[in-house]
Parts: sequence; C-alpha cells; structure tokens
Amino acid sequence: MGIHKTLAELKKGQIAVIESLSKSEFSMKLMEMGCIPGETICLEKIAPLGDPIAISVSGYMLSLRKAEASTVKVTFTI
Amino acid sequence: MASSPDLKKQKSFLRIALVGNPNSGKSTLFNALTGLNQNTGNFPGVTVDKKTGICNIYHPPSGKIIRTEIIDLPGTYSLNPKSADEQVAYDVLCKKDNPDYPDTTVIVADSSNLKRTLFLVSQIIDLKIPCLLALNMIDLLEDAGMEVDTEKLSLHLGIPVVSISAREKRGMEKIRQLISEKVFPPIKKFLETDISFTDQTQENIERYRKITAVLAECVSEKKEIPAEIFTKKLDRFLTHKFWGYTIFLVVLFVIFQSIFFLAAFPMDWIETLFIKVSLWGAENLPKGELSDLFINGILAGLSGIVVFVPQIAFLFLFIAILEDTGYMARVSFIMDRLMHKFGLNGKSVIPLISGVACAVPAIMSTRTISNLKERLITILITPLMSCSARLPVYTLLISLAVPAAKTFAFFNLQGLILMSLYLIGFLAALAAAFVMKFLLHTKEISYFIMELPIYRSPRWSSIGITIIDKVKVFLWDAGKVIVAVSIILWFLSSHAPGDRFEKIEKKYSSEISEEKENKIASEKLEASYAGILGKSIEPAIAPLGFDWKIGISLITSFAAREVFVGTMATIYSVGNADNTQSIRQKMSEEKNENGEKIYSAATCFSLMIFYAFAMQCMSTLAVVYRETKKWKWVFVQFFYMSAMAYVGSFVVYQLFK
Repeated sequence: MGIHKTLAELKKGQIAVIESLSKSEFSMKLMEMGCIPGETICLEKIAPLGDPIAISVSGYMLSLRKAEASTVKVTFTI
Repeated sequence: MASSPDLKKQKSFLRIALVGNPNSGKSTLFNALTGLNQNTGNFPGVTVDKKTGICNIYHPPSGKIIRTEIIDLPGTYSLNPKSADEQVAYDVLCKKDNPDYPDTTVIVADSSNLKRTLFLVSQIIDLKIPCLLALNMIDLLEDAGMEVDTEKLSLHLGIPVVSISAREKRGMEKIRQLISEKVFPPIKKFLETDISFTDQTQENIERYRKITAVLAECVSEKKEIPAEIFTKKLDRFLTHKFWGYTIFLVVLFVIFQSIFFLAAFPMDWIETLFIKVSLWGAENLPKGELSDLFINGILAGLSGIVVFVPQIAFLFLFIAILEDTGYMARVSFIMDRLMHKFGLNGKSVIPLISGVACAVPAIMSTRTISNLKERLITILITPLMSCSARLPVYTLLISLAVPAAKTFAFFNLQGLILMSLYLIGFLAALAAAFVMKFLLHTKEISYFIMELPIYRSPRWSSIGITIIDKVKVFLWDAGKVIVAVSIILWFLSSHAPGDRFEKIEKKYSSEISEEKENKIASEKLEASYAGILGKSIEPAIAPLGFDWKIGISLITSFAAREVFVGTMATIYSVGNADNTQSIRQKMSEEKNENGEKIYSAATCFSLMIFYAFAMQCMSTLAVVYRETKKWKWVFVQFFYMSAMAYVGSFVVYQLFK
C-alpha cells in the first residue's frame, strides 16, 4: 500500500518514489538534478542539527534543505 | 577567391568552450590541456571567473599547429540559467554574437554520473551547437568493472563521444585530435521535434525518460563504485553529530595555525626585505621629493600588499584541498542549519574563520558560496572578525588600560580582555548578518541544493595553479588601489600648506640633541595636511574620548590598522616604532590641560572598540569592490561599520568615564 508524504517527512533509510513537485523556482533546479517524478530516491542522511538532508537520486548524493524537500511529494510502500 | 587567405588565417585559430556539471573534472581537463598558459579575468559585468587558456594542437592532415583558445565555463546542470554562473555559460553557448562564441563545445561528463550529465548534453544537442562529449573519470567506472559503449552512445546522440581520464592524462591525444578536426552541429535533435510540451516539467520528464532508455543500451549494469563505498564509510564519521564537528574543529585549528603562525615566517622575511630596501634607498638615493615618494609612499604601500601573500597562499592551499577532496560540501552540510539562521550559508564558515587572519583572502574565498545574498552578507560582515592587523593595536592599548599583573578570577586580565575583543568581533559579525538578512533583498531565492560529491584525493598540480592564480589576482587588482591610497596618505602626512615645514626646520636649526630628528618629525606631522585633518575632526571624536593626535592615527590607519602604532611613535617622537615599551610610557604620561591622563582606561577601551568595529582597511574595501563589482556595497560596508564603531565607542567612553 502506498503512503503519500513529502520528502521532508521521510525517515532515515526510507526509500520512496517521487510523485510530483510543486511549482517553485527551485523545483526546476531539482528536476535538472535528477529529481523527476517516477524516480526512486532514498533518504541517506540527516544533518546533525536536523537540517539539511541528503538523498540518493540518479546514482549520486544530493543535499537540500527541508524547506525545499517539503515541496516534493513522494509515495513509499511499507 | 579573394577571401581564401583570410579563411586560412582563421583556420589556424580555434576557440573551444568547456562545459559540464560542477565536479565533473572540467577544470582538471582544462589544466591538462593548457598547463600554466592560462588567465583568469571576469566576464563583463559579473563576478564570475572567466578562465581562458591557450593550447597548441598539431593537426596532421594539414601539418599545421593550431593555436586554440580554451574557455573554461562555470559548472552548470542545465541551460536554463538561474544563477550568474549559469547565465554566463548560457550566454557564451547560445548567443552567436557573443565575442566568446566557440567553434566547438566540449561537454565534460562525470562518467559515474552519466544520467544527470546527459540532461545537459541533450539540451546542448537540441540547440544545434557543434559539440562533442568527453566521458571523464572513466577510471572510476572501470574500477567497478563497468563499461560504456562509446560508439553506440555516439550513434544515439549524433555527436562524437570519447572516454578520457583527465586526472590520469588518458585519452588526451584523442581529444586533441577531435578538437583540431571540424566538429559539425549534431545531426539530429535529441527529443522528437513533433512533440510540443505544455510545460517545462513535461519536457524534463520526457528528457529523463529518453536518457534512461539510451543509457540502458550503452552502459553495462550499474554496480557500486569502490570510491562510492569508501565515501559512504567516511561520511559516517565526517557528518557524525559528534565526530563530524570534532574533526571540523581540528581542521579549522590546523588551517588557523598555518595562516597565523606558519605564514608569520615568510611574512617576517618580506618585511625585513622591504625595510632593507627602504634603508638602502634612504642612504643611496638622492635626497628629494621623488625619493621620498618612492620610499615612504610607493614602497610602504607595496610592502603592505606583498606582506599578505603568504597568508593568501596558505589560505587558498587549504581551501583548494577542502574543495578538491569534496570535504567542503560536508562542512556546508553540517553547518548550514546554524549559519542559515543568520542569513548565511554553510560555506560562510571558512571565510569567517579566515577573517581572523586577514579579511582580504577571506573575502576572496566567498566565491564558493553560490547564493548571491548569502555571499554578499558574508562579504559585508567578515571584516568585523578581528584580523591580525588589529593585534598590535589591541596589545598596545590593553597594556595602557590595565597593569600586566592584574588578574580576574585567576586569569590574566590582559589576556581576558584580548579574548573578549575577538569574541565581540565575532558576535558583532553574527548580529550584523542577522540584521542584513532582513534588510537585503535580492531577486535570487535562497536555496541550498547541492551535490555531495564522492571523496577524491586532491590534484596537487591543479591546487598549485589555483594558488598562483589567486595571488596574481590579489597583487594586481587589490594592489593598484592600495598603492594609490598609500601615495595619497604619504602626500597628506609629508606636505603642509605654506612654509610651515621650513619654520620647524629653522626652529631646530641651532639645537643639537639626540632627539632633534624625532622632534622635527613629530612637529612636521602636526603641521601637515594629515595633522590639520586630525585637528579638524577633533570635535567629532571628542565625545569618544579621542584628541587630535588620535585623530591623525585614525586617518593614517586607513592604509592598514597596524599603522596606528607607527603613527603614535612619530607623534610622541619615539624614534624606533618597534620599541613599544617607550611608546607606552610616553602615551601613559600624556596629560591634557586639566592635568588628567589622556589615555585613561575609558579612552583606551573606547579606542579598542573603535578598532574592533571600524572599517579602516583600504585593501579590504578594494577587494570588496572587486568581488561585488558595485561601489554601493563598498559604501554600505564602510558606513555601517563606521557607525557601529562610533556608537560603540561613544557608549563605552560614556560608561567608563
């Protein structure tokens, strides 16, 4: 069963599929860097102070702030 | 054909642009092709480094050597420009009337990140720009036992594809040969032309879908690359909540020690050399205006610049290592939350810490901050960190304010005050950043989307080139302004209206004493334009507890803060400025008309706060102009820091009086 969340709500180690990105100036940047709807990502790291986070996407590590991650909707299966 | 000789001439000159994602090894390829034959300038109107280099390529069919100019464009992920860096790359590639428009574009790809690179490649292909693809770092893939079918990839993309390793200098002949031959525009579009997309999102999704399909055919199944496994292991420590910060503190400590203490030796040598040259000049050059200008104006100014070179070299050595290995991205990752609260960026940490040595290289190092607003705030607040030029001023003033033996809760009081001054500077910097966060508005939205690259060993030759480059930039760009200001200050303090100087000479002409020369120098400074300026600002600085003599020192301090000590030595006719003991004694004995000490604790504390906050450094202002390209920010910085200094000193003086 798929559960809908935002990327910012994922826990460390969780794997999810990007569903959609809300329209914002950095959503284009995220897409260019491989965060495309349908892409599988994994939350690899959370910075010691809780923000930013790092995900693996398209075979590399990408770090972004939670504010940016909360605009990305994801689905993950238990 | 009348135009054929012209054509031939043009053919022996080629212009190549290197484009690619950040961390794709683009600069390594650039260095491998051009060596030291390179230049860094700025693209017109923006503070983006424009690196160009010359490479002579032999072209066997014609037997000619082709002089090739190579432009290293800023790293970009796409041709939809969002930052100044990306705009530059876009302008060069897409505007045919651009003077830098290349004959051929070489797209440099990180082979272990092909999917993301092909996004940029596909955009370039669809713009019909003549290009070829260089699959760099192919050694990383081979380490994992993976393969790329370059011929198949070339067929799919319709452009030449070559696999190289710029680091191991592999495939360099092949790439030179491809550059020397005429590269045609791509034979077909990457995306089918008959599809029209309703929005950019649809287009991006389609691009990635097609890229995935192409890669599935051309690249063997993805395996974990050894370097990636190593990176994951190392990251467990370097981004750990305890070890991450501990290791970062150790790294900072090493950098700090080096730029502060190791650099002190070559700095000493440079100072000694300049003293020797000026002593030689004073003895051997014919006495006169020109020699005086040379020794006390130009030479003094030059020495003020060259003395910074060791600190700059050391600082950029470390920054280049941090950047090159990939550690800098981790520093940003673990520090961003903290710095973001103050309107700064995780990468602001290094400039702030470097500012304790010297604000000039610190401000130059803010180029690693890609967000414009965060970079600007970092530039504006860095000079509040107490730099090494303030140290001699603090030392002199503290020794005047409190006796050496005094202790406070078992600690030496003098040491505590010195430490507080550094702390005050740091807190003031954070406070100023916090205020600016709300005051500054830029069009650019603040985001922090950054690749965490895999760890790699530093490329020493590249680092060497970077250091030489930064030192050159500093000597020429900041140097011009500093020498000009030094000459103005020299004129102000060595010239006086009317026959004031002659009268002083006459007054002492009959006197024969050891102190005669010093007394003349002191009276001349008082009579000079600088002296007049000092006296004219006395009403303004009196509420801070300063007299006109301090006023003169504030003016001469504009060349560099440590000049304060030398000016005090001249004013109080102490021949040898190195002899702080006697300067201190003279200053502590100084009384005003009412018989009160001029250098009371209140005045000393007030002066310390003034030197902690005031913008009294021409080198810094020059470099701020260079980095922001706007006089506006130079003035903003000068006025907000001066205002802080004035108010701070006023409060302190009125409290302690």
